[in-house]
Amino acid sequence: MELEQFSYDNKIVKKFILATIIWGVIGMIVGLLAACQLVWPDLNLASWLSFGRIRPLHTNAVIFAFVGNGIFAGVYYSLQRLMKARMWSDLLSNINFWGWQLIIVSAVLTLPLGYTSGKEYAELEWPIDIAITIIWVVFGWNMFATILKRRVKHLYVAVWFYIATFVTVAVLHLVNSFEFPIHFFKSYSMYAGVQDALVQWWYGHNAVAFFLTTPYLGLMYYFVPKAANRPVYSYRLSIIHFWALIFIYIWAGPHHLLYTALPGWAQSLGVVFSVMLIAPSWGGMLNGLLTLRGAWDKVREDVVLKFMVVAITCYGMSTFEGPMMSLKSVNVISHFTDWTIAHVHIGGLGWNGMLTFGMLYWLVPKIFRTELFSKKMANAHFWIGTLGILLYAIPLYWAGFTQGLMWQDFQADGTLANKDFLETVTQLRPFYIMRAGGGLLYLVGALMMTYNLARTMVMGKLLANEPAEAPALPKISTKRKEGEYWHRVIERRPLQMLLLSLVMILIGGIVEMVPTFLVSSNVPTIASVQPYTPLELEGRDIYIREGCYNCHSQMVRPLRFETARYGEYSKAGEFVYDHPFQWGSKRTGPDLHREGRGNKQNRPDSWHYLHMENPTDISPGSIMPAYPWLISDDLDRSHTETKISAMRSMGVPYAEGFEAEVAGNMDEQGKEIATNILKDLQADDFDENSVATLQQKEIVALIAYLQRLGSDIHAGTEELLTGTSPEEVEE
Amino acid sequence: MSVIYLLIMISLVVALCFLGAFLWAIRSGQYEDDYGPSIRILFDDKQKKEDSTLQSNKQAN
Repeated sequence: MELEQFSYDNKIVKKFILATIIWGVIGMIVGLLAACQLVWPDLNLASWLSFGRIRPLHTNAVIFAFVGNGIFAGVYYSLQRLMKARMWSDLLSNINFWGWQLIIVSAVLTLPLGYTSGKEYAELEWPIDIAITIIWVVFGWNMFATILKRRVKHLYVAVWFYIATFVTVAVLHLVNSFEFPIHFFKSYSMYAGVQDALVQWWYGHNAVAFFLTTPYLGLMYYFVPKAANRPVYSYRLSIIHFWALIFIYIWAGPHHLLYTALPGWAQSLGVVFSVMLIAPSWGGMLNGLLTLRGAWDKVREDVVLKFMVVAITCYGMSTFEGPMMSLKSVNVISHFTDWTIAHVHIGGLGWNGMLTFGMLYWLVPKIFRTELFSKKMANAHFWIGTLGILLYAIPLYWAGFTQGLMWQDFQADGTLANKDFLETVTQLRPFYIMRAGGGLLYLVGALMMTYNLARTMVMGKLLANEPAEAPALPKISTKRKEGEYWHRVIERRPLQMLLLSLVMILIGGIVEMVPTFLVSSNVPTIASVQPYTPLELEGRDIYIREGCYNCHSQMVRPLRFETARYGEYSKAGEFVYDHPFQWGSKRTGPDLHREGRGNKQNRPDSWHYLHMENPTDISPGSIMPAYPWLISDDLDRSHTETKISAMRSMGVPYAEGFEAEVAGNMDEQGKEIATNILKDLQADDFDENSVATLQQKEIVALIAYLQRLGSDIHAGTEELLTGTSPEEVEE
Repeated sequence: MSVIYLLIMISLVVALCFLGAFLWAIRSGQYEDDYGPSIRILFDDKQKKEDSTLQSNKQAN
């Protein structure tokens, strides 16, 4: 058969490699800053550098910029070789590259400025969400077209992982990003409360599954055999564990919502599937490690393999830990603590980071046609990086365990042992210091790699178009043969089949979702729960803007140690007007759902004012940032009416024409709060003018919101309060 | 709460979509050889290397 001459596009691979390195270092620096802020809160130097805005920047940068570019680099390199074909279109490759970098840059610009949708790992606002969709489709289009013009009939297992990644991420992103735009930089999630939480964690969990796991397993199946120059341990196992993994993964999302308002059966479903996941996950882990059977002497010599071995080991550890953390009895301790943070960093630093480093150390010399600049330095990177992971994770496991147990510690008389939440925070300081040290080591390793690879690139010369040859694949007739069923024709066309399925999913999803779920589900189930006042709504948007949800949950679990600390447990009906939900997933500070008026805390407005001005004045040892700009800045009221109308169209029962009363309503409530604050702070020594000035400030709106949190439930019938135990009433 | 039914439905559709792909893979003979592909990915690179050295030699000449 005649050989066809063609070439592989290495230039695009180089671009993605550079982007991976640069964004990786930036993402890690931002992460280190966030880690240090938890030790030295004074590092919250400005509004755009405060923890609540920096932490989403860190997560987005490392997930979508570092790992994202790593995926593209690896896929663009391996897919061409596996298909024996150049990428279908250089133009699409470049649109993919530049579009993705543009998305990242816009994230870097908007997140520190507080433009956020307030949903974890999906913080980017709606115009960027649309851009992500477009670029993702471009990536898929290019990939499928390349698969279609391949010169190898068999789709190697890595390609299946790439396909699953593309399809599922597309669906997840679309479903979770249904938003109601207010203006160019602001939108509300279409879903409310429990619904929003469900969609968000269905997305959040599967983003881990299909952005951080499946593409990297694909990369593992290509680059580990390549680096070791040995076939994968069992190709059959790779196929079985691929299909098992993608069929099971998507059902495990509810394990993020154990002990919340989610129905028990759904929680159990999530737990069962999470436990089942260990089989296909470990199938992949063992297959990766066993690929090196009989070749462990190579691991001693080859730094690339060292990185990969640690990566696969970390994958095994975190996929063992994941199912464990899904067990309710473990989750009671681990949830909301630093245990979760340790867990994701075993995955992030270990699995994704180390596999990326191994891949880069192998790829860069390869496409630059040279040897690695310094093997010694790469070895040093390996040890520093591994040590960094240990120094990062072990203290945080310890911290998580410590805090989780401190929260539920009761004294012999039945009262909480650590009544003040702050006691459980100051306890963690040494662990936080060690964690920052671990992060620093890891970053130093990454910087060494940057230098090493840069020198390698300068030493060598990029083979931009790598020549290759292969016989063309015999044309498979796509026409229908006699006596054949019609769907045979589609089956011969994988691209069309997948696109068709995707379109069907999307149409089905949209038709089902918009009318049925968005409006009718907002019917309140607790009569006394009312929509937010305009000022509270604006305050809530400040809460979202400042990223308060990064450190404060709004979900009191129905556990005795929680109700004893915070008050009545949270009920689904209390969140029906929350677009988006703000349950949070981590308690660096206490839960806030019972922070409002009428609950046991019952703090005066002036307490909140002083606390936001400088938390350590009120709570010595607090690691919360100060928010002076909330006190100096006037509230932007220009969109309040639009926000009210938007909420109404999403089913929040504001009266028709309420927009006309918004300004007066806000003034009235603002004045009351401002007067309360000034009365407390300056006795009676203040005038109308200072009230008028203060009531315009952002802080007043935020206090209005905080004082509303979880208070509606007390305005209702007496029966609602019978859940409160006598000892709590006494306190 | 009802959104959970939507999510289950979407998850099912995604799963069915993968099931279709799985059936296609089996019927089109993708998995008839469950050893060869793992070896084949190791080979192609070496051939290319020779090609490219030839090419670059030619260019150098």
